[in-house]
Amino acid sequence: MVSAVMSAVESKAIRRRNWQTNINAWLLLLPAVVLLAAFTHYPILSTIYHSFHSLSRGGTSEFVGLENYTFMLEDDVFWQVLRNNIIFALATVPTSIGLALLMAVWVDKKMAGRSFLRLAFFTPTVLPMIAVANIWLFFYTPGYGLLDQFLKSLGFSGHNWLGDPSTVMSCLAVMVVWKEAGFFMIFYLAALQTIPPELKEAAQVEGASRWYFFRRVTLPLLMPTTLFISINALINSFKLVDQLVIMTKGGPNNASSLLLYYIYEVAFTFQDTAFAATLTVTLIAILAGVALTKFVYLDRRIHYQ
Amino acid sequence: MSEIVVNAVSRTWGGVGGVNRISFKADAGTLLVLLGPSGCGKSTTLRLIAGLEEVDSGTITIGGRDVTHLSPAQRNISMVFQSYALFPHLNVAENIIFGLKVRGVGRGERDERLKKVADIVGLSHLLERKPSQLSGGQRQRVALGRAIIAEAPVCLMDEPLSNLDAKLRHEMRTEIRSLQQRLGMTMVYVTHDQTEAMTMADRVILMRDGHIEQNGAPHELYNEPASDFTARFIGTPPMNLISWHDGSVLGVRPEHISLVESNGIPATVQAVEYLGADSIILCDVKGETVSVRQTGYCSLPAGAQVGLGWQNRHIHLFDRDSGKRRVGSTLAQ
Repeated sequence: MVSAVMSAVESKAIRRRNWQTNINAWLLLLPAVVLLAAFTHYPILSTIYHSFHSLSRGGTSEFVGLENYTFMLEDDVFWQVLRNNIIFALATVPTSIGLALLMAVWVDKKMAGRSFLRLAFFTPTVLPMIAVANIWLFFYTPGYGLLDQFLKSLGFSGHNWLGDPSTVMSCLAVMVVWKEAGFFMIFYLAALQTIPPELKEAAQVEGASRWYFFRRVTLPLLMPTTLFISINALINSFKLVDQLVIMTKGGPNNASSLLLYYIYEVAFTFQDTAFAATLTVTLIAILAGVALTKFVYLDRRIHYQ
Repeated sequence: MSEIVVNAVSRTWGGVGGVNRISFKADAGTLLVLLGPSGCGKSTTLRLIAGLEEVDSGTITIGGRDVTHLSPAQRNISMVFQSYALFPHLNVAENIIFGLKVRGVGRGERDERLKKVADIVGLSHLLERKPSQLSGGQRQRVALGRAIIAEAPVCLMDEPLSNLDAKLRHEMRTEIRSLQQRLGMTMVYVTHDQTEAMTMADRVILMRDGHIEQNGAPHELYNEPASDFTARFIGTPPMNLISWHDGSVLGVRPEHISLVESNGIPATVQAVEYLGADSIILCDVKGETVSVRQTGYCSLPAGAQVGLGWQNRHIHLFDRDSGKRRVGSTLAQ
């Protein structure tokens, strides 16, 4: 009897303590929860909601099912910017990764001026994209831009680099590679420095050439970094569109427009928020697919230390 | 065959550390231990033989061939590193045959040699594992396997056992020694552990501050230390060194001192370390600590007054200033 009463009192005390702990925990979580809910979760749900409804210019919006998506699939511009984006990704991702690896291997060596070189390679990363775009806009300016001045001094004629649909994408890709490679180099450099020097010596004793060691040991040990970088680079190629605002506005004739820039145009120039929401959902789906591939498929095939 | 001759070799880094004009020879098929405290230059010496460091001056020959300026691969050696230096992304089998693959040995021969070596080092059941899934001792065996599969006549070992626990260390010590004898390799083995040196070596080179302090068989270093440094470094506990007359230092091993009833040197017992088979009695003699080894258990309490005695044939005399052994070490009473 007595012990039953005692345990009832005890369990009440425990319950109260648990409750207090819970309240504390929730209070601590509150700021993060509010911010995430207001600026991440709600907008996501709202975007998905809008993509299934008609545009409500002043009036009421109606549920239209997949109508916005059908419209998107019939939109030539959508297909063009998607194709542009894929070409842009294929052009920039492997190049910037390759360049980053090359630079990292180079500045990982013991040599004079190493810190200066590292800094030089990293500088483009520090600059805001807007500033970079303005600098390169000057490079590409027809007539008196840096590139044309250089070509003219060699006796070639000038060229409207950003005004020509056949060169505009390459020009933008070169600039983005220049901007991104230094950032990725830092990751490679950090990874290279975690490889113990004895591995190189052990391979040396076995008679492995530098190239053999790089191919059979360094590269596989850098794979986790390569994967991380390539996912980031791929996402960036869909995400970074600041340069378009400054340099081409997606032109000429949408030749340089990318998916995100198209969304921006649809939403804020054409004020078609419903269609913009549809495009956004599509973009998010593409990026989620990329991330999922990494987590589900590629992670299993790579050696992590 | 494959003897190693190091002749007047120097290597310093801006005058700091390294080794200074050292010369020695490792006979073919023997195990030579480079022994010394950290920073004495023993690892540098090994890396010079391996070709991982360049000599400033001097020559190195292996099997009569001048290898001073050859690359590590051209020297026809194998090496085991202190950290094992296993390739973390390769499994045990791939790690062991790494060198064979580099040299383009065919698959058939590779598999055959792998099977043989895996048997020798006892890893046949673990060939598919990655290094991260192995214990310290197993990793050590992989490193060993990678070294012997090359069938190089010379094997260099850089403190290979220092990352293992005491029991495993003892086991691997015996194993490496018997492997070296069975395969007839010339082995240069670096360690700071004098027990390893004493138990494994045909010849021990004790180094200090970049030069050779003494070069001899283990029993020579123990019984006839050429300097007070050797005397202090070899033996557990080390030789007792007591200030003596006319600028000399008297050395006597703990096992050569006995507790005597009369006419002994008066001493006070400080502590007794019981080791099982014997006990080490730490005594205070005029402010200096002298250790005495006695068989079996010793029940003397701390503070007890005892007399210490030894026979004259067991003593060693060293010069106090130079530390060198005095010839004809007789006791000038």
